[in-house]
Amino acid sequence: MNRFALVLLAALWAGAALAQGLETPLPDPAQEARAQELHKRIRCLVCQNQSIHESNAELARDLRVVVRERVAAGDTDEQAVAYLVSRYGDWVLLKPPFNGRTLLLWIGPALILVAGMAGVALYLARSRPTGPDLNPLTAEEKARIAELLGEERQG
Amino acid sequence: MRPGVVVPLAVFAVIAVALGIGLQLKPSEIPSALIGRPAPEFALDPVQGTDKGLSSADLKGQVSIVNVFASWCVPCRVEHPLWEEVAKTGVPVYGINYKDKPQSAAAWLASLGNPYARTGADLNGRVGIDFGVYGVPETFVVDANGVIQLKFIGPVDRNALETQILPKVRELQARKP
Repeated sequence: MNRFALVLLAALWAGAALAQGLETPLPDPAQEARAQELHKRIRCLVCQNQSIHESNAELARDLRVVVRERVAAGDTDEQAVAYLVSRYGDWVLLKPPFNGRTLLLWIGPALILVAGMAGVALYLARSRPTGPDLNPLTAEEKARIAELLGEERQG
Repeated sequence: MRPGVVVPLAVFAVIAVALGIGLQLKPSEIPSALIGRPAPEFALDPVQGTDKGLSSADLKGQVSIVNVFASWCVPCRVEHPLWEEVAKTGVPVYGINYKDKPQSAAAWLASLGNPYARTGADLNGRVGIDFGVYGVPETFVVDANGVIQLKFIGPVDRNALETQILPKVRELQARKP
């Protein structure tokens, strides 16, 4: 590769970086890794079910920058997340927290499963004949059955 | 009726009502975490061509409306005349110009009129993030103590203005600080 091509490539690369609004990773690789893990937990608010790690939306990019700043400023993971939750609410978390308001969300499926199993158990218990037969066959009916079965055997 | 009929019918009714309510919800409207909390601290320079900037101190002292707008935002154009109207009634309308080019914002206000008593140019969108803004336009009603009392997402139409925003403003004005 000659020198001209290198310069051209560098210029193009700089252009691309500018177009992306200069989103630069943190200099400390450990911090950058932490920031990226946090990005995966934060919902992109304009795309609704993507994390800001995956989204190309401009707001997602801005939020990635915010998270990097918080991490660089020495925030713990919880503090960095709390910073965004205080602005956008729990909705900004892809995994909802376990609290009073989300109790039903978390235990709802288990409750429905238990209710369903109870329903099935009840149904099975009811459909099984138990106790004395309240309407027993009369002697005539029994004789008739024996007659019919006897016919069948012979025929 | 026998329980064998009543129980499935009741279960169906509960599911139908729950799903019916679910259909009425607007999942794109994210409830604000800031209702009942003081507006974030900020200080912004005015939009190019206007003279008064906007800071959190300006939001104290009287009930005000804070409208987040941008020249690139098409629905902002739709709601713009309503802010002119509200501004004439004496309620201060403040504008936060979200992630806009200074000249575009100036041209926008020059051509459509400037209803904003004060404007703040939020060039990098950081004040927007502090306000929990995720789309433009968004509108906040702030009480005389600088506490956010209502957030409206999306363009305000006459119905929203008269059934949600102005009643809230009047309610807050009646409440003496």
